[in-house]
Amino acid sequence: MQQSNTYIIVFSLILTAVLGGLLSGASQVLGPAQKKAQDLDTKKQILGAVMPMDEVNSKTPEEILALYADVITSVVADYQGNIITTNDKGGPMIAENVNVEKNYKKSQEERQYPVFKYHKAGQEDNVEAYILPVFGAGLWDAIWGFMALNTNLESVRGITFSHRGETPGLGARITEGEVMARYVDKTFVDSNGNIVSLDMVKGENNPESKLGPHKVDGMSGATLTANGVNAMLNNYYGYYQNYFDKHAKKGAMAVN
Amino acid sequence: MSTETLEMPVAKPKEALLSKRRKKFITDPLNDDNPITIQVLGICSALAVTTQMKPTMVMAISVIFVLVFSNLLISVMRNLIPGRVRIIVQLAVVATLVTLVNEVLKAYAFDMYKELSVFIGLIITNCIVMGRLEAFALNNKPYDSALDGLGSGLGYSWIILAVAFFREIWGSGKVFGYPVFEAIGMDDFQANGLMVSPVGAFIVLGIIIWVQRTKTGYVEH
Repeated sequence: MQQSNTYIIVFSLILTAVLGGLLSGASQVLGPAQKKAQDLDTKKQILGAVMPMDEVNSKTPEEILALYADVITSVVADYQGNIITTNDKGGPMIAENVNVEKNYKKSQEERQYPVFKYHKAGQEDNVEAYILPVFGAGLWDAIWGFMALNTNLESVRGITFSHRGETPGLGARITEGEVMARYVDKTFVDSNGNIVSLDMVKGENNPESKLGPHKVDGMSGATLTANGVNAMLNNYYGYYQNYFDKHAKKGAMAVN
Repeated sequence: MSTETLEMPVAKPKEALLSKRRKKFITDPLNDDNPITIQVLGICSALAVTTQMKPTMVMAISVIFVLVFSNLLISVMRNLIPGRVRIIVQLAVVATLVTLVNEVLKAYAFDMYKELSVFIGLIITNCIVMGRLEAFALNNKPYDSALDGLGSGLGYSWIILAVAFFREIWGSGKVFGYPVFEAIGMDDFQANGLMVSPVGAFIVLGIIIWVQRTKTGYVEH
């Protein structure tokens, strides 16, 4: 059946309008639930940096939110290390709402830097770990995560990574618990107090004796993703130095 | 008036909801005309998502949903769709359904969304979907088309679930995330890394096709 051009155009327009309406309706209806799910996921990752991910995953959403409220307090700092208390619209600044990806596109001096402080419930002054969001480029697309530093502000307490498009089985392995655990107790500072880079090396199954405190065993076949991870961690460790100098009590390291 | 009645086809006895002919729409794609093993469509997602049973299950349900409803919608519109733009109309309908699935997963199964998002999007290009629309839904009634979609979807699903079963049990010693080997006291089970990589899916799928064709005697011409 051969239809006229007018018929085809009108048909296409109506179809587009109907399908478009359907989609925008769905997005409106599902929006709040999606926001909640995303929020929960971020909080899970933050908690995952200071406790085993299995433990976090075994909890119900309500338990996670309650735990998060108990043990995490957050602030937002600017590049000079000063605390920002109001957002662009004049409302209170909430660290969980800072979009690290959007900030990543600004120059480093203009970014907002959220800090999540982990402490025992009710002991907000006795910080046990500083959790920093990190963001960077992997091989194919964005990678991000949360890095928890011990109170000496030098060594890693735990780390969680996420990625958008790394190769399954190769670069995507950064999200495996075993790979993330390789960072635990590695440090950004050498015995002379100088900041050195903490890098994931090329090649896998390197003996611990060969790696030392500033090198992390690599992922075979995923050196380019590892390079992205290295740049991300070292950059963000650098960005937070001003905040650490001004606000974090480095002396607390002995307590830890 | 008399001529009119003559031209009217004799009213056929109403076909049963699941008559023999309609049952074939569902049973055929399960084995004799399986979309993956016989028609060799939808291989890409069969290889990609089948490392574990759980995401495979979500993928299977999503594909069944998209197949049934795209077949249904296209069939309802089949007499309205202009022949010259039918492919793009099919694509628009399929893309809308896939986006809906993706949004629902994002809202209610965020972990699955993170894991599967890329592959859910690729259902649009799953050859089974467009293939059924072109071959069936454009020429058949809505109910039959929906059944046909369901059949093809189930045929796809059982194959990818079978592949995922073998890959998960060999690759990580689990079924739906439950460690079976530990449960029966085999703590020293050595997982096979090959099964976790896409190569494992090729091997398992190949063996399934081999076994199936040996049984049915199907030969490529």
